[in-house]
Amino acid sequence: MLDDKDRIFTNLYGIHDWRLAGARARGDWDGTRELVLKGRDWIIEQMKASGLRGRGGAGFPTGLKWSFMPKSSPDGRPSYLVVNADESEPGTCKDRDILRHDPHKLVEGCLLAGVAMGASAGYIYVRGEFYNEAQRLQAAVDEAYGAGLVGKNACGSGYDFELYVHRGAGAYICGEETALLESLEGNKGQPRLKPPFPAQCGLYGCPTTVNNVETIAVAPTILRRGGAWFAGIGRPNNTGTKVFCISGHVERPCNVEESMGIPLRELIEKHCGGVRGGWDNLLAVIPGGSSVPVLPKSICDEVLMDFDSLREVRSGLGTAAVIVMDKSTDIIKAIARLSRFYKHESCGQCTPCREGTGWMWRVMERMVKGQAEIEEIDMLLDVSQEIEGHTICALGDAAAWPVQGLIRHFRPVMEQRILAYRSERLGRLPPARAA
Amino acid sequence: MSGDVSQPASFAFNAEYLAKADQIIARYPEGRQQSAVLPLLDLAQRQHGWLPRAAMDHVAAKLRMAPIRVYEVATFYTMFNLRPVGRYFLQACTTTPCWLRGSDAVVGACRKVLGIGVGESTPDGLFSLVEVECLGACVNAPILQVNDDFYEDLDGPATERLLQSLQRGEVPPMGSVTGRQASAPAGGPTTLASLSFDRAPKTAAEGAE
Repeated sequence: MLDDKDRIFTNLYGIHDWRLAGARARGDWDGTRELVLKGRDWIIEQMKASGLRGRGGAGFPTGLKWSFMPKSSPDGRPSYLVVNADESEPGTCKDRDILRHDPHKLVEGCLLAGVAMGASAGYIYVRGEFYNEAQRLQAAVDEAYGAGLVGKNACGSGYDFELYVHRGAGAYICGEETALLESLEGNKGQPRLKPPFPAQCGLYGCPTTVNNVETIAVAPTILRRGGAWFAGIGRPNNTGTKVFCISGHVERPCNVEESMGIPLRELIEKHCGGVRGGWDNLLAVIPGGSSVPVLPKSICDEVLMDFDSLREVRSGLGTAAVIVMDKSTDIIKAIARLSRFYKHESCGQCTPCREGTGWMWRVMERMVKGQAEIEEIDMLLDVSQEIEGHTICALGDAAAWPVQGLIRHFRPVMEQRILAYRSERLGRLPPARAA
Repeated sequence: MSGDVSQPASFAFNAEYLAKADQIIARYPEGRQQSAVLPLLDLAQRQHGWLPRAAMDHVAAKLRMAPIRVYEVATFYTMFNLRPVGRYFLQACTTTPCWLRGSDAVVGACRKVLGIGVGESTPDGLFSLVEVECLGACVNAPILQVNDDFYEDLDGPATERLLQSLQRGEVPPMGSVTGRQASAPAGGPTTLASLSFDRAPKTAAEGAE
């Protein structure tokens, strides 16, 4: 288990003071001026050495991402940092705790990330439903301005960096980085085609990097303790600590910061009091937020919670939101509800997603009742594969994968449901017509 | 848009909200004031209680946007209420993590206590109930959002008690109804207990070990 002294989010549960004084007592804003003065190359080098991969779901190496930002601006365009706090992936609620309990880690991280990418300003896009969390974050930003930590001559370093909080208004799709930029510009949140990538042409047509809250908030501690410290936790290519969100059928659902690569079973048993009714009562786990394929118990027994381990079993770490389902769960209904989610959240721009998510949901609703033909399972799989990879953004993929995971691991359950429905109907019909 | 709703003839920000609007617009670069459309529509909704067309037109004029661009935005994002809602706007999350923890009982309690279904309002205008997608507080599921506040770790009886309080005009403190510390495991954290923060902050050299 991760040692408390290696935990970054020391106020994850809001037990201590979230304000500047409390944050300073926990080590935030300590020597920030010196870190800024070490300059962008040093910061990027340390972030690369840490092995940090983006915490928003895709897992792209953070140091490398920051290095894509242009070093100079011959045409005078400014560069921007945009922080994605549009946390909406079902199962995920880690950024909420950072915003409300450790906001100064995020604010300090914004300054340091801003320096690393030569950004003159940062915007933190908070999902609209997090009203109280956004108020808290705004108060922390105001405190940082008041203390001269951000703004003109931030921390007395000579670097100017403005920071703003922006609230969304209810749209899962705005968690996709280019949809978020569209939304921040005051448009409908519909993803943009890439290329051009945001690092060349992002917010207001200027070089922009979009990072998840957790990614930015761990940066100050990494820079203070050194990239090598972070890289020493977890496994190669899957380094560091991670906030896991464990929801569903465990005794005590919670958020907890642990080492990357912790065994799933250990995570659940150490911190959540185990699966409701014991480990043998486990049916399945969605290990990384609703978008990644579900895993049956047989895989959950051994699997490690990191990017590469979960990819090997054809799922993903995603946002590390672990949704646990015990044997009382109607697994078809659980996945059908996710299909409804994606149908609701499709932005409507690409036909395969707009039409496909609704089609999949309608078929899934029939599958819940068993009101389908056995062959339709293959048709559902086929259609899901036609959606996957054929849309501008990954929402189409995200809608397809839960259905694919269900069919991969629980096809017999779906078949039994169909047969049960059929025999029940035949039983109810008069004998002559049943023949 | 909702053609059957009685629309006010005009809308304008009051002095307080106008000052807030100008403060928000100043966050964005010169000529990029359109970025303020979501926050300004939110302000308008807070002032009026819901978002009538006149408010969208007012925001459009303020931000020098074509009205249709504002209508597009107002109808795209789910948090804008294009028709009146009750004083207590109940938003029940029913996405899978909440459903696994009993969101059906939360919706059921709303039906039972208030006598309304999803998408309906009580005749006295006190409550409206909608179903929403994942609110992002899944380890404290199930969640009911009342106006801006999340009520967490609910079940049927706790939801009934919450609604009865609201009926009496009492608004209980937001957060976990079981008294749990935020997202920590019930009964107390399994981590961080060894740390205390009453001493002076570490120096950079100590921090680097």
